[in-house]
Amino acid sequence: MNEKKTFWQHLQAWVNGEEAMLHADEYIKKRELPRERNWIRKPDFQRIKANKGLYWFLCVLVSVVFITIMLTVVANLPTFGQPINPANNEVVERYLEKGIEETGAINFVAGMILDYRAFDTFGESNVLFLAVISVLILLKRDKKNIDAREDRETEEDERFDKSDHKSILKIGAKYLSPVIILYGIYVVLNGHLSPGGGFSGGSIIGAGLILYAAANGHEKMHRFFTFKTFTLISVGCLLTYCGCKSYSFFTGANHVGYEIPKGIPGNILSAGFILPLNICVGLIVACTMYGFYALFTKGDM
Amino acid sequence: MSHLLLNYYEAASVILFGIGFMNLLLQNNLIKKFIGLNIMDTAVYLFLAAKGYIFGRVAPILTNGVIDADYYINPVPAGLVLTGIVVSVSVTAFSLALVQRLYKHYGTLNMDEIMKLSREREGE
Amino acid sequence: MSMELSTIIQMVLVVFLIASAIGVSITRNLFLAVIVFMGYSSIMAIIWVFLESPDLAITEAAVGAGVDSVLFFLTLKKVHALKGTREG
Repeated sequence: MNEKKTFWQHLQAWVNGEEAMLHADEYIKKRELPRERNWIRKPDFQRIKANKGLYWFLCVLVSVVFITIMLTVVANLPTFGQPINPANNEVVERYLEKGIEETGAINFVAGMILDYRAFDTFGESNVLFLAVISVLILLKRDKKNIDAREDRETEEDERFDKSDHKSILKIGAKYLSPVIILYGIYVVLNGHLSPGGGFSGGSIIGAGLILYAAANGHEKMHRFFTFKTFTLISVGCLLTYCGCKSYSFFTGANHVGYEIPKGIPGNILSAGFILPLNICVGLIVACTMYGFYALFTKGDM
Repeated sequence: MSHLLLNYYEAASVILFGIGFMNLLLQNNLIKKFIGLNIMDTAVYLFLAAKGYIFGRVAPILTNGVIDADYYINPVPAGLVLTGIVVSVSVTAFSLALVQRLYKHYGTLNMDEIMKLSREREGE
Repeated sequence: MSMELSTIIQMVLVVFLIASAIGVSITRNLFLAVIVFMGYSSIMAIIWVFLESPDLAITEAAVGAGVDSVLFFLTLKKVHALKGTREG
């Protein structure tokens, strides 16, 4: 058994699985011993980080080398803003020339992200929902995540909020937040006709909700927005989106014969599924933004 | 060098990316690290949007009824960046939530002190 | 090299962008860093308008200067890094 094997015999035995069975104990013993490699001094990252000057120098060196390389690349890129650049290829021509005919949306970007690439946008919406759920797991006030000091601070803040009645914030929010939310709704509903869409309008609505909540406290917010509302809206919108976009699977790859009516491009009720999808995305984004705020302030929704 | 001046948006985005990267490596405070991460995000968006711009053309929304690829700028980078901006907010919110939990556990935001404290607590 | 006015304005905006990024890096005050980052986002929104992407401008203005900064400020308050509230 102890005869000297050549490398190829070893390899053959390993491929057949004999080596592992015959020499398993030896191998494990050998694996547990520290490897002797005196000829290479392993770089000790802790020591490098502890040495402030060296660490600083190395970081700046890496960044400067990176910037130099990338600036050299930029100097050899095609000139900015020319129509012959390789980024402006036939894909773009297709989107711009056939876009209105195929999607019915006047805003080419909306037609692109909600019709040609709708699955990508579906993934993004799921990312937002997942982010809120992760923040909820991290910051939710429950039995395991409780702190007397923090409770006291929250209580003090609430008392402080109630004590001032006519601050600039309250009066400003009273007049501004309806306008902001209305503008957000306008941007969402006109996503296929004008700049904007679900993502932009949703973040505007979210900002308006945050302003309202910051001025009036969470109790007033709870009258129409609780955790249940958040779950219902988010899950309902995601499921609606999923249903709207998975009809291609049921009707065949090209959804032949089940064409969604496109309407007249330019009307508010046109562009097939783009308007409902915009509303879904807008609601998800708005709920996400407000959810972050509520979890960051109170630890609950 | 003159080409760098012509491509000034791309050059600026590279420099911004470098600044954000340096922030990420050198800052000891976690919040400033995440601001650096945000700067890196916006640098990438700036690069993408600059690649899609074409002189003398208008935004990709039907104007005056012209359906012609030579009248509008490239809509693809706008679509990519639009979703990217919103996702970067959720990344920021998640990382800030992690920062809050770290502060609750260690009582500091300094990276070195957190490492030291965690090593001490491991040793106990 | 003759340049149009809009090109010069864009170059100035880009220089502001880089300056505010450096400002964020070198300031020691966290509150100031977040404020400067808000300004950075606003400049970015103007640049999106110059790059003919109004959708991006709306989103960046609402998100970068609005929601993002609110989240940063709330975190600063939670970690007791704001002067005048509860320090230390």
